Amino acid sequence: MAVETIKAPVASRPDARHRTGKARWFILAAAVLVGLLILAPILIMVLNAFKSPSDYSQNGPLSWPHGLYFDGLKAFWERVNFPQKLWNSIFISGVVAIFGTLLSLLNAYAIGIGKIKGRLWVVTLFLLATMLPQEALIYPLFTMAQNVGLGNSPWSVIIIFTVIQSAFGTYLLASVLATFPKALLEAAALDGAGRWTVLWKVVFPIVRPTLSVLMIFFFIWTWNEFFIPLVMLTTNDTQTIPIALASLQGDRMMDAPTTNAGALISLVPALIFFLLFQRTLTRGVTAGSVK
Amino acid sequence: MTTQTLGKDAAAKQQTATPRPKRKAPHWVAYLPYLVPGLAAFVLVIGIPLVTNIMYSFQKWKGGMAPHTWVGLDNYQALLHDDAFWTSFRNSISMIVAMVIIPTIIGLLLASVLFDYLGKRFGSRTASVLRATYYLPQILPVAVAGVLWNWILNAQTGAVNEILRSLGVDNPPNWLGSPDTAMPSVMLVLVWVQIGYPVVIFMSALQRVDPELYEAAELDGAGWGRRFRAITLPQIKPETFVVVLTCTVAALKVFGPIYVLTRGGPEGSTLVPSYYSYLNFFDKSKVGYGAAIATVLTLVIVLVAVVILVVQARSERKEAEGH
Repeated sequence: MAVETIKAPVASRPDARHRTGKARWFILAAAVLVGLLILAPILIMVLNAFKSPSDYSQNGPLSWPHGLYFDGLKAFWERVNFPQKLWNSIFISGVVAIFGTLLSLLNAYAIGIGKIKGRLWVVTLFLLATMLPQEALIYPLFTMAQNVGLGNSPWSVIIIFTVIQSAFGTYLLASVLATFPKALLEAAALDGAGRWTVLWKVVFPIVRPTLSVLMIFFFIWTWNEFFIPLVMLTTNDTQTIPIALASLQGDRMMDAPTTNAGALISLVPALIFFLLFQRTLTRGVTAGSVK
Repeated sequence: MTTQTLGKDAAAKQQTATPRPKRKAPHWVAYLPYLVPGLAAFVLVIGIPLVTNIMYSFQKWKGGMAPHTWVGLDNYQALLHDDAFWTSFRNSISMIVAMVIIPTIIGLLLASVLFDYLGKRFGSRTASVLRATYYLPQILPVAVAGVLWNWILNAQTGAVNEILRSLGVDNPPNWLGSPDTAMPSVMLVLVWVQIGYPVVIFMSALQRVDPELYEAAELDGAGWGRRFRAITLPQIKPETFVVVLTCTVAALKVFGPIYVLTRGGPEGSTLVPSYYSYLNFFDKSKVGYGAAIATVLTLVIVLVAVVILVVQARSERKEAEGH
């Protein structure tokens, strides 16, 4: 192991603390190197997003840009009508996040607190649904959407993802609510609160942190979704950011700076969202991992 | 119990108890209305389409207004003799290597080093900054990651080949464009995308482990390697199963990266089942055939998931007996 190779030169000073003292820098360097390797593609993208095409072809991808060049960004922005795509993405992801969380809460209330009969089956069903490949649903969904006049409509995507996300949300929330303190429910019942009141006045305030994690997750997951929006949103004006970016591939206007500027601007919203909710997010990933 | 105290809730009472006021319905019945919207939406968006898709798989249909012809198992029989179909599932194994096996192993090592080694010597801030760095590719929309890598690996203008050429390599490989290098390139991208997920899960799992275990082992003179095998691995087994299950399902379903990077090419060398089914649905207008591929894929995923869950249950039982 790495520690062994470092040990040799300091063998003359058999001080245990000193030995780990050197090894730890070596291991830190290795961990940082892994981090840099992971960051490298993103750094290269940022480096080349504001470089003119001639600068790129002359000096290569690793050189520092000679002056800032915004035409790539401008070309991408105008070509895909970025504000419109941004709004489409925010609208679809936002509505799905709200509706999906609400539906998860209602389902989980019946399963986790109502302890309805056959709840194990319902949860298993929902869990299985999260594993289904979307290809096994897409053609019927596509046909159904067209039959009810929702072809190429953001609402078709919203409805589909609300259900898909809430399948996971129900699974997670139901297990959270199953451990809900009984005393609180009984106290509320003694006060004469009905089920609806209990849900909003007792359960909701207590599980609000979990709900906000779910909402962030639903938002990001829907934001990043590719397959269903690709099939359902067929025209330019309804597409989301990822679809717009992907559909420009192979286009002649997509030179290196334009590609990089396009990729950069497309990940900025996700990045901002990530930084804003970093804490909540890591908590959420954890919540999902514990059975 | 609740039915009595909640008796004042007139609306709910009417729904559940009025038909037979004398015999009380079990208290859970009153909660059913809360499940109705969710279940109805579930049936509409997942249940009906799933069944309809299976029906399509027994038909010949070009989509749209074209006639449906019932052909029984013909589509499935054709699949058996379709090389592209078998190739696509063989490629799924490469997807599992790139999205499950490599990230899980590297993730275990990284998480353990961050938590048990660097975190203790440089403080938890260092560890969490590194963790955030590893996790960064996970938050990129998959299309963005794909477009970025597509450019980096591009034969003519890509960053990698520009660098290689400046180093004096005359004929750098066409990474995504030649059948020999396309799959390894795609796998590299997927490892890059995937690596942060196990690191984050495993690090949070390690926080659950009693620190005294590590301290006792350290006092006994166990090095990092020993602690990794004796404490880390067994303690975070539940999370390892979760990671393996979710990543395997994701690897079998993978679509976006393939669509953006290679579209299954060149010469089908990166074709995967989901993309092959998409191709039949929307490109070749062979809806029945596409539906059959999607159905087989569904069965494979459910089967693999069940196997993993059974193995997990067994290992948990063995552990319970061992103690």
